[in-house]
Formats: sequence, C-alpha cells, structure tokens
Amino acid sequence: MPEWLRVRREHRAPADDATLWIKCPRCGELLYRKDLEANASVCVRCQYHFRMHAHDRITMLVDGDFVEIGNEIVPGDPLEWSDKRPYPQKLAGDREKSGLSEAVVTGFGTIGGFPIALGVMDFGFRGGTMGTVVGERIARLFEQATRRGLPAIVFTASGGARMEEGMLALMQMAKTTQAVDAHAQAQLPYITVLTDPTTGGVSASFAFQADVIVAEAHAAIGFAGRRVIEQTIRQKLPDNFQTAEFLLEHGHIDAVVARADLRVLLIRLLDYLVGARGNATLRSIPELSLV
Amino acid sequence: MNLIVEREKSLEALEARLADLRTRPGAADSGDLRALEDKYAQLARDIFGSLTPWERVHVARHPRRPIAPDYLACFDEFQELHGDRHFRDDPALVGGLAKLGGRRVAVLAQQKGRDTKDNIRRNFGMVAPEGYRKAKRLVELAGRFGLPIVSLVDTSGADPGIGSEERAQSEAIASSLLAFAKVPVPTVAAILGEGGSGGALAIALCDVVIMPEHSIYSVASPEGCAAILWGDAGRAEQAAARLKLTSEDLKGFGIVDEIVPEPLGGAQRDGPAFVLRVLERIERTLERLARQPVAELLAARHEKYRRIGAWHDELHRAVAAGT
Repeated sequence: MPEWLRVRREHRAPADDATLWIKCPRCGELLYRKDLEANASVCVRCQYHFRMHAHDRITMLVDGDFVEIGNEIVPGDPLEWSDKRPYPQKLAGDREKSGLSEAVVTGFGTIGGFPIALGVMDFGFRGGTMGTVVGERIARLFEQATRRGLPAIVFTASGGARMEEGMLALMQMAKTTQAVDAHAQAQLPYITVLTDPTTGGVSASFAFQADVIVAEAHAAIGFAGRRVIEQTIRQKLPDNFQTAEFLLEHGHIDAVVARADLRVLLIRLLDYLVGARGNATLRSIPELSLV
Repeated sequence: MNLIVEREKSLEALEARLADLRTRPGAADSGDLRALEDKYAQLARDIFGSLTPWERVHVARHPRRPIAPDYLACFDEFQELHGDRHFRDDPALVGGLAKLGGRRVAVLAQQKGRDTKDNIRRNFGMVAPEGYRKAKRLVELAGRFGLPIVSLVDTSGADPGIGSEERAQSEAIASSLLAFAKVPVPTVAAILGEGGSGGALAIALCDVVIMPEHSIYSVASPEGCAAILWGDAGRAEQAAARLKLTSEDLKGFGIVDEIVPEPLGGAQRDGPAFVLRVLERIERTLERLARQPVAELLAARHEKYRRIGAWHDELHRAVAAGT
C-alpha cells in the first residue's frame, strides 16, 4: 500500500478542534461526524451527498492497492498571477488544507477484480479547477491506460478552467480530448462519474466524452455556472436546474446513482464493457516505475 | 462604451480637415497638407501607439472591426449549409462549403451581428449547442471528403442560457473538440476578434492558429474573470492585465502560431485590406499543410496540444539535483 494511502486509512481521527457534529446543508439534520463517515458521507436522513476527499473515494472504490502516477507533476506560475494573494501562495494553502498536490489524483488499481485507470478530482483543491497539472495528469492516465489496454474511470468535480493559469488552463481541454480520443480509438471503455459540482471546461471536455456517463445523486452539473446564468437572464432558476436528475430527464447522462450503489454499478458496467470481448481476465496491476 | 471608438473621435476633426484640404487644387504641393498629415500621424501614434491589454479588448470588440460575413464575402464562393439535423439552425455559427484561392474548403464561422437587430438574431455570436453540433457535423463531412477546414472564431463565449443547458452545451462542445482532434484534413483557425473560453476553443483545436495582432483569446472574458475572482465584473481592466490574452502572449505559450499585424489603431481602420491579408495567410497555411501526409499532420496536431502547459516535475528535478 502506498504510504499516503496508509496515512489516510490509519489516521482517520479528526483533529481535536474539528467539529463532531455537522449540519446537513440540505435538510438541516445534525449529523455525528463518525456516523456520516461510516455512511460514505451521505446524510442518513435526506440522502444528501457531501463532497468527498479524493483519497476517501479511492479507498471506497479500489479493492486493495492503488498505484498513483503523476504525483510528481506540480504547477508552475506561468502568468505570475496575483489577485488577493499570489498564485503560489494559494496553491500552498490548498496543499496544506487538502493534503493533495493538485486537484486530481490519478493512478491504477482494481475494482471488483477489474484492473482500471482511475482519476479522481477533488473540489477541495482550487475548486477542482483544471490547470496544466490536471490536464497533464489526466492525459498521462489515458496514455498509460491506452498502452496497458485498460479501461478508464474518471470522477469529475470541477469549477472549470483555472483562471490563474489563463489560456494554458483552457488548452488542457484540447490536451485531454486528444488523450481520451486515442484511448477510445484503441476500443477501450471509458466511464465518467460526475460528482458535485462538474462545470465549465471539465464538463465541456473529458467529463462528457465517455462511453457511459453516470452522475451521483443531486450533483450540480452544467456548462455555465448557476450564477452566470441568473445574471444573464436576470431571473432565478428553478431548484432542480442543472442537477443530476435534471440531466437524466433531459437525456444527457446514462444514470443517476446513489453513492452506496456506485461501486456495484461500476463493476457491473465494467463487466459488460470489458467482458463481452472475453478479455475480462484479471491482469496484474502495473507497478510504479521511475521513467 | 468602446475606448477605441472614443479615441477615434479625437481624430475625426483632423480627418475632416485633411479630406477637405486634399480636394483643393494644388494642395498636394503645399506644406500645409504635409504638416497636417504629420500632425495626424503623430496624434494617431500617441493614442494608438502602445495599447494596453484592456485597450486591445476594446479593439477586438470595436463595432467596425471586420466580422465573419466580411471574411466570407471575400472567399471565391460560399455555399452555406444549415442546421444540426436535430433541433435548429444556429445563426451564431455559420458553416458551409467554400473556395479560397481556388481551393475547396469547409468553413465554420462564429458570427456576431452588425447591428442590434442582427446581434439579437445571432445571439451576439454566442453559440448554442446546436451550433456546435452543426460544426461537428461539418467537420466530419469535411473529413470524409478531404476538404480542409477553415474556422473563423469570434465569440465572447458559448451561450450560457437555460435552453443551452437543457440541450447539453457541455456535451456539444466536448463532442466538437473530439471531432476536431481526429479529423484527417488540414485545419486552420483564425481568431477574428474575441476568442472567448471553451466556446471559442470548441472550433479552434486546429493544426495552425492564426491571430490578428489585436484580437484576444482568453480562458474567460475579462468581465467574467473579474466576477469570478472578485465578485465584481467592473474590475475587468485588472483581469485583462493579468490574463495574458494578447497575441504576443499566446504566441509565447505556443497556443498561437502566427500573428497578423494590424494597422495602427486596429483592423477597423483599414478593414477590407485587412480581411484580404488574413485570408491570404490562411491560404498560404493551407497550401503548406496540404503537402503534409495525413499521418504527419495528425501527429503534429497532437504534439502541438500535448506540449502546452507549464508545470514542474518534482521527481526529475530532485533526481537532477542529486537529492
């Protein structure tokens, strides 16, 4: 087990000053932190799905080991950006707060015995925005998956392209599109799980380029942000607008799934998409190698 | 209010006097005319000489800047093809078959309106999902029949309306990107005025990206960026200064391949000649790309976008430093 995952798994106790009770933003129920965590961060009363840490998601999904790739790639500051704080300071703050080096964790593992390439975005790092590093890690994940003949699963959570990296961030839409395309041309399946929230440049690139697209219950998903639309049309939007359920109704996605059923659904999908060609046999997980 | 339009007003009086003087017999030999011309040139240099990024945003949005129909009118021939085959024909994205310098091409153009009425019809050049689906359809058609693609980009961004969300704007853009990534024909994009975010990139993932000097191409409009960062669209000027949205910045990043110089003060000051200059660049680029085998073309396209970004590799840095 990689060291960081061991750390996540073994030190689950919240810091002393962390609140023991968390209020559900949807129904207002007071939830005991331990109960909430035991329930995959889903409100026991109203089934509100709290946003999850990327590592917790990976722990929840993979059978055993997860071999991370791309963790050595860290962002530069190409625009020498500063608004309220300089960009490098914002990044340092988010690294500290989230325990992540960037807004996506990528690597390989098995789920239900199926070896997969897995990418998990985390809204807690710069709002899950896509800068160069997110694009680069996603591209490398797909490139390695293509070489190894593995299906890919990506969990999206993103506010869109990262302003602080300007056009270099936007162009990651092109970079990831190419990598997804090469993977698809190799006849390998790709599944996305859209989680709360998935918007902007991520939504308009690899999130909606998958063979099967599912969304977590109640997740907010769209191209333009809700506020932008409200300002443009100068009226309030209905509550269900841009929710997973709204997208399902309008035919944009394949299924809405409760978090508790997610792992089983993914395994079932893999069984169909990988199994029909008769190559569903378990292959060894690639070892991390220094290139 | 457009900053550049305001500044042009300060030149108008001089322009009128110049025009008047030129019509007088013998004026060409008089020192008066030359002195006035010098004065005019000096003033023009003073007000347009070195434009800030924010001023360039205003050049890019100048009401008389050449727009898509000005370009389309200068193709040898243009046969418009309408619609996405599903929902409607989006007037904000015009497409069809065309000839340019005798060469058969497919052309896609984001089209802003010429006046308020036209702008409302064309949704100010903000493309809806059906526009991107039309683009994807024509890209695939061009790929099947070996027609090079010319993309004329001019939008503040993809349409952010309720209907566009209901009809899956994200999926439409994502699918257009995929179509451009793999189409086996030469592709050239020109950023005519504004290249706004994913709505622009959706038709600009091309082999070569040409950019007039004062066009802008940005991850978000300066207003949008300011609203996101400071909750205040009024701070757009500050955002413009930071976003690195000018042609020189983008050439430095490897995003834009060629810059077309503009007349002092912007393309609107010599519109017809400027349109021809841009089209000539596109023609020459297509000529060059047409000589490349398709496999090489696709590999080079892949390489262009694969490279873009700025990041550090901590592991290799540590190894290189011997730590």
